[in-house]
Amino acid sequence: MSTTDARSALGAGRARLSPRRRQEISRRVQYGLLAAVLVLLVATTDWGRMGTTFANPDAISAIAPDLPRAALNTVLYTLAAFAVGLSLGLLLALMKLSTVRVYRIIATAYVEFFRGIPALLVVFAFGYAIPAAFQVRFDSVILQIGLALGVVSAAYIAETLRAGIQAVPRGQVEAARSLGMSARSTTLRVVIPQAFKIVLPPLTNEIVLLTKDTSLVFALGLLTTDYELTKLGRNALSEASGGMTSILVVGLVYLLITIPLSSLTRWLERTTGYKGHV
Amino acid sequence: MSAASTPGTSTPTPGTSEPGTSQPGAVVEIVGLHKSFGEREVLKGIDLGVAQGEVVCVIGPSGSGKSTLLRCVNLLEQPTAGTIRVLGTDVTDPDVDIDAVRTHVGMVFQQFNLFPHLSVLDNCTLAQRTVLGRSREEAEAIARKNLDHVGLADRAASSPGQLSGGQQQRVAIARALSMDPALMLFDEPTSALDPELVGDVLAVMRDLADDGMTMLVVTHEMAFAREVADRVIFMDDGVVVEQGAPDQVVGAPQHERTRSFLARVLDPTHRHTA
Repeated sequence: MSTTDARSALGAGRARLSPRRRQEISRRVQYGLLAAVLVLLVATTDWGRMGTTFANPDAISAIAPDLPRAALNTVLYTLAAFAVGLSLGLLLALMKLSTVRVYRIIATAYVEFFRGIPALLVVFAFGYAIPAAFQVRFDSVILQIGLALGVVSAAYIAETLRAGIQAVPRGQVEAARSLGMSARSTTLRVVIPQAFKIVLPPLTNEIVLLTKDTSLVFALGLLTTDYELTKLGRNALSEASGGMTSILVVGLVYLLITIPLSSLTRWLERTTGYKGHV
Repeated sequence: MSAASTPGTSTPTPGTSEPGTSQPGAVVEIVGLHKSFGEREVLKGIDLGVAQGEVVCVIGPSGSGKSTLLRCVNLLEQPTAGTIRVLGTDVTDPDVDIDAVRTHVGMVFQQFNLFPHLSVLDNCTLAQRTVLGRSREEAEAIARKNLDHVGLADRAASSPGQLSGGQQQRVAIARALSMDPALMLFDEPTSALDPELVGDVLAVMRDLADDGMTMLVVTHEMAFAREVADRVIFMDDGVVVEQGAPDQVVGAPQHERTRSFLARVLDPTHRHTA
């Protein structure tokens, strides 16, 4: 009978393990390995030394009073840079989409230039080269670092905005124009609101990158009141005997700033989101 | 090949304006329209008039240039040569304010193109307020009247994404009507719809025609063309092959190209071997 033949054919495979059984054993081995490594780490770690290196109470209390201001400076530098980057980036994006070829060439050159050089070089330029060359003095560090990081991030933001604007279907523009709406109000009332939703996640990413890039401000030579998180952590490093503590603390503060940003994006996406899709 | 299918000539029929002359009551007058996309010539000399209150259906195989013809009327496509007068204004004249002309020309697209970030009501008020400068109250009253007209008054607060394709297309019609157009252009308005949703949209269009709206309709709905149109135009390969009364063009086509097209449309299983 064919059924008995089939059964015996399947039974022949009995000697080997079935794929599900093999997966099960593999999983157990992986858990076992992880447990072994953890036990080894706990057993060999010098816990007293770990405490003084990573969570030294003296080091924490040494930088704690300055933390709020440093965190605020980090946020302010980020906002300043983002404001510059967004305005300039929007201008560049519109230039890239312009029907005037020269504008497209200028915008492309700008984007390629600032994407291709280290942001630290631009910070040096705004810190030393530009003031010396043009006899200007920046009254505030916020303005100085905002411009330096802003002109760099404008290059990235321009590309993001251009892609977002181009992702809005052509039919949307045609519908608006066929109703008699001008090119300007079509852009403002139809294209940009839809592009905004598309560019929100990559723009948040840009803010997170900017938050971390504000650490480059150390190159400017700051007053203590202008310290941001990284500079504060680094100075504490050389003063106290807390080992890694100050670095760890400011690192956690960075996370306190950046992680809520991601939640904010998700919330914005929900509230500005339209139901269904056309 | 007959004279009617030769580029640059067409047989004038009642209701058609003579090329080059501006007749009172003519809403659209197209003379010698050519349109090329790069090397490819899509329209090869079209003459066409649409009179006040007339419903003209344009039929023809895909790629025949009928959508391009429609899109030239409100200058979504820039003609390569020829003139197009809409409500007496030559829209091919670079000095003409095309936005002002478009205000009087409603357009309905195959893909609806509702604004997904706005409610149904706001879809119908945006252009009224930004272009015509109507107050919110006035614009909303007009929008609600037109939504009621297409049977969707109760969906004013919905998002377009919550509506079926047929409902979206009816909103698109209400949106166009809210600008009080003198002419409505329909670009295959039912081609993207599920078969059971086509009827509602066609019914709205039939109402519009009955109300005396001037309409230029590109469509594959032969029954609609036959029943509602005052005149049917058959296009193929960038020229008007044949035009006339619906019973004549759809019912008793004179040209072989028209006959083979209708045979394929009316009986899709029919195998054409010419």
